[in-house]
Amino acid sequence: MGALTKAEMAEKLYNELGLSKREAKDMVELFFSEIRECLRENEQVKLSGFGNFDLRDKRQRPGRNPKTGEEIPISARRVVTFRAGQKLKTRIESLDESDVHVTH
Amino acid sequence: MTKSELIEQIAMKQPELSAKQVEAAVKLILEQITDTLSEKGRVEIRGFGSFSLHYREARQGRNPKTGDPVSLDGKFVPHFKPGKELREQVNVSKDDE
Repeated sequence: MGALTKAEMAEKLYNELGLSKREAKDMVELFFSEIRECLRENEQVKLSGFGNFDLRDKRQRPGRNPKTGEEIPISARRVVTFRAGQKLKTRIESLDESDVHVTH
Repeated sequence: MTKSELIEQIAMKQPELSAKQVEAAVKLILEQITDTLSEKGRVEIRGFGSFSLHYREARQGRNPKTGDPVSLDGKFVPHFKPGKELREQVNVSKDDE
């Protein structure tokens, strides 16, 4: 099974909600760009039932060039982390390691 | 920003759709991501990031109250890896402060 992409999401909105192809495509674009915009402004995004996108400030730490072994500091940075919500976690946890991959 | 604020933001920029339609669309997108993950699929959004599952091995844990050992089964957990564009945008905003 290929990965789910924006194109399939738009297709679903077109099929199930009766949006036009243009509206469906714009809708999916806006969904992700609005979340990104919010994170860019250093604001957390909380999607109940799904999860939270949080921001964390990391201090500078020592690192290495894996090829040469040379020591180079990893600069201080802000990163996005995702914390799955309870509903999503519960659905995923119940999956069995041996579950057969389902394709649609 | 909460889900309802996200819906409002999108509705403002999508005036041809009603708030109800935007709400249904947002819910459907989240549902589709969840459904894909619960079938062990991946979600890849260029510029934003990807969602996938990581496996946590079975391990010996402890009941935090009694200290008794309990065996915990292996399990899957959802994982998000931010895309390059998102990583860069978020990090640039730090420099602006």
